[in-house]
Amino acid sequence: MDKPFAITLDPGSSLANRTGSWRTFRPEYLDRLPPCNAACPAGENIQGWLFHAESGDYEKAWQSLVENNPLPAIMGRVCYHPCEGGCNRQHVDSAVGINSVERFLGDEARKQGWKFAPPAASTGKRVLVVGSGPAGLSAAYHLTRLGHQAVIYEAAPLAGGMMRFGIPKYRLPREVLDAEIKRLTDFGVELHLQTKVADVLQAMKDGFDAVFLGVGAHIAKRAYIPAGDANKVLDAVAVLRGMEGHDAPMLGRKVVVYGGGNTAIDVARTARRLGAEEAIIVYRRTRDKMPAHDFEVEEALQEGISIKWLSTIKEAGESDIMVEKMALDDKGFPQPTGEFERIEADSVVLALGQDADLSLLENVPGLVVEGGLIQVDAGMMTGHPGVFAGGDMAGSERTVTVAVGHGKKAARAIDAWLRGEVYAPPPKPEIATIERMNSWYYSDAPKTMRPVLDIIRRQSTFEEVLGGLDESNALFEARRCMSCGNCFECDNCYGVCPDNAVIKLGPGKRFRFNYDYCKGCGICAAECPCGAIRMVAEEN
Amino acid sequence: MSFQPVKFYQTGTFTVGNRLLPPEERSVQASAKRFNSINSGHRACQGCGEALGARYAIDAAMEATDGQVIAANATGCLEVFSTPYPETSWQIPWIHSLFGNTAAVATGIAAALKVKGLSQNPKTRVVAQGGDGGTTDIGFGCLSGMFERNDDVLYICYDNGGYMNTGVQRSSATPPAARTATTMAVGPEPGNVFGQGKFVPAIAMAHNIPYVATATVADLRDLEAKVRRAMEFRGARYIHILVPCPLGWGTPSQDTIKMARLAKETGIFPVFEAEHGEIKSVLAIRRPLPVEDYLRPQKRYAHLFGKTPALATIAHIQELADRNIRKYGLQARKEGH
Ligand SMILES: Cc1cc2nc3c(=O)[nH]c(=O)nc-3n(C[C@H](O)[C@H](O)[C@H](O)COP(=O)(O)OP(=O)(O)OC[C@H]3O[C@@H](n4cnc5c(N)ncnc54)[C@H](O)[C@@H]3O)c2cc1C
Ligand SMILES: Cc1ncc(C[n+]2csc(CCOP(=O)(O)OP(=O)(O)O)c2C)c(N)n1
Ligand code: SF4
Ligand code: SF4
Ligand code: SF4
Ligand SMILES: [Mg+2]
Repeated sequence: MDKPFAITLDPGSSLANRTGSWRTFRPEYLDRLPPCNAACPAGENIQGWLFHAESGDYEKAWQSLVENNPLPAIMGRVCYHPCEGGCNRQHVDSAVGINSVERFLGDEARKQGWKFAPPAASTGKRVLVVGSGPAGLSAAYHLTRLGHQAVIYEAAPLAGGMMRFGIPKYRLPREVLDAEIKRLTDFGVELHLQTKVADVLQAMKDGFDAVFLGVGAHIAKRAYIPAGDANKVLDAVAVLRGMEGHDAPMLGRKVVVYGGGNTAIDVARTARRLGAEEAIIVYRRTRDKMPAHDFEVEEALQEGISIKWLSTIKEAGESDIMVEKMALDDKGFPQPTGEFERIEADSVVLALGQDADLSLLENVPGLVVEGGLIQVDAGMMTGHPGVFAGGDMAGSERTVTVAVGHGKKAARAIDAWLRGEVYAPPPKPEIATIERMNSWYYSDAPKTMRPVLDIIRRQSTFEEVLGGLDESNALFEARRCMSCGNCFECDNCYGVCPDNAVIKLGPGKRFRFNYDYCKGCGICAAECPCGAIRMVAEEN
Repeated sequence: MSFQPVKFYQTGTFTVGNRLLPPEERSVQASAKRFNSINSGHRACQGCGEALGARYAIDAAMEATDGQVIAANATGCLEVFSTPYPETSWQIPWIHSLFGNTAAVATGIAAALKVKGLSQNPKTRVVAQGGDGGTTDIGFGCLSGMFERNDDVLYICYDNGGYMNTGVQRSSATPPAARTATTMAVGPEPGNVFGQGKFVPAIAMAHNIPYVATATVADLRDLEAKVRRAMEFRGARYIHILVPCPLGWGTPSQDTIKMARLAKETGIFPVFEAEHGEIKSVLAIRRPLPVEDYLRPQKRYAHLFGKTPALATIAHIQELADRNIRKYGLQARKEGH
């Protein structure tokens, strides 16, 4: 014993003292579901692809995006981005411009010629896809990824469905559409144009093991309007389809559009670009009841389109129409008032919605049709085994993104069905709500606005209205993402632990708790910005 | 602001690290190789702000001196929870002093370094550390002497607003109205009295020493920058760090950082730095809040929020915060990007 005065023990380290035994709650890392992902009808992992975009790795971001949706450049233009409606950043300043970053990635992919990762090994199965709208394209893409041969039969001379024959060029330039379709055919999707399927079961005899139907809804709904011979009453779908032909439709100087959906808006804006001096939308309910989105209405108003709310068309004369004013009753329904007004009009375009043409299914036993929609199960399968359906023909929420989501879900279910199994989607983790996060840590950063085409050119040309972000803007916008529910390696937990009980595993590897010393104070969980840590009661 | 904030990088410089920043721009605490000057296994309470503040500060000092720090430590929680004989959590040369003389002990170490010629290795620096009791009360004479002689010591005070180690008694840094074991929530004016206050950072400034700063465990980047800055000076330096105490304040253990943040955001605790007696920068309030948001979650102020809330007392505390905001210019500014 050779110790200094009054010292009887060797110095020891406090590491011998396992303070983890004090714990009554333990922290655990977890991934929560970001609300953007939860809101995306195509099931994109938005937080996941933004994570790569944040570090400037746009190709990886794009690759991650197309795992769920093969059409980013299209989505970045026409998707109504419900993801942004769910985005937690709106509780901090304003939602992340997810859609504009998506468009940037889609356009970058076109510029750089990025290709999809190679598909799985061939299964030898062939699946027929009827229709090349977003539902069909998405189903064909996901089937191909899974190793099946997807063959699309499309009645029209060009692919794209309503993305080509509905959505106008000023919102979706056709070279964007063409490029994303070409990437799909390069990937191995077989596309047969001008091949209308009249009888599905007959068509399946071409050696197909299953079929996905995505025929959309193209038959315009009519309303009875007494009309003189001379007056032109047209339907919106036909007018918009006509825009893809050689001769633009003749609508005249004064055009009245009847309806309140996005089709009505698009027809009115198209009429304006075709030279109509006046384009008036007549709609029987109020603005807040309009199915068209607010920003679309806004853009239309900016372009000089006028809207008559609470009005119905009673009759169409030679050069004018008769409109009756409506008033809301106590239940909020429009009722006729008996007050009439005449409006000059060279043509009337009806945009009252579309029904699906289900004639190709006439001989298929077991199908259930309700309210004009084909009924499907959770895996998009109709009442007839092996016949799957999605998109406008199968859903009342009719958007490109919903159609893409249906196509994906159906492809996975078809894949399982071909193996004699039933597709079970992986369980969804709990949502990373803003209450589960600590928004203090996010620095203030207002949303980046996309450039908008000037108003004169918007009234006379079909140039794209909404511009894209450049690289630095897109990077900024991506970095506004708060990575809700998913660790983004901010080192907070590692830094704030008073007991050094968090182990840093290195870039990309996240962290681990050292339960020998963690006292369970919960500071790490409270200070994790994105809510990727939860406290769980210890068993005993 | 004591450091250049990164304008916009997702979480800017608010978080400890940030994978988007080059490693050299991240905090000391973000590094997998940080010193952990005070090691795991210490016996501080769950969620102790003092244990955290000490690691933040001493790790930063170690970083600034290439690991050449000697510390003297006054009696108090920090000393007791880190060094129950024969065990220690300290991974640096560390000397225990008495409750009231740590400034003098540190002065002695600095003098010894000089005499022994060890200051030929100019990186070896001396840090003295103590609680608010050891600093503002019993150790105050030694501290003022250390300032006045401009001894080459960085003194760090960990202010948790009371004598926590001996069971939460009042110190001269205990805020007005707070309940402690010696200022019970009874009588016509429950809790600690509204005295004149004793804000040692201001007293330190009055000594015109090279460097004085305040900091909290809620602003790591600021705290680290201040320790780094302090190490750029020779002579007496003083950093006063607000370290919430879950036990003494009656707050949930997970809210330690949140409480420090609220103290800063309400103006209760001004965060600034001064050189040679002049204020050089302040940490502006980011999201202004009434003092009530800071007081209400703490059990030591529970008597203010009973059946009939003590509105006059709360208003009085608000006045003190408002005075800080005016005096130090803490008003919220627009965050740029
Ligand atoms: C004017 C207008 C604007 C719109 N704007 C938007 C928008 O901005 N954003 C948005 O998300 N959604 C928009 N929509 C809705 C969106 O276009 C549709 O919801 C979507 O295209 C539906 O996709 P789908 O694949 O189900 O059908 P469709 O896109 O309609 O495609 C169906 C395809 O099947 C083909 N087909 C049909 N029958 C047969 C057959 N028997 N044999 C072979 N092929 C057949 C058709 O030719 C067509 O190509 C808009 C719709 C319209 C009309
Ligand atoms: C001269 C003397 N008086 C009293 C004590 C008992 N004592 C030990 S620590 C302490 C209070 C410490 O308070 P503070 O300095 O604020 O540190 P904290 O524990 O709050 O961190 C007291 C009174 C002592 N050690 N020496
Ligand atoms: S902040 Fe990011 S992860 Fe969170 S909801 Fe918005 S886009 Fe999604
Ligand atoms: S901060 Fe540390 S001690 Fe507290 S719960 Fe988290 S890991 Fe455990
Ligand atoms: S605090 Fe930061 S590093 Fe820790 S889990 Fe949360 S996001 Fe990841
Ligand atoms: Mg104290």
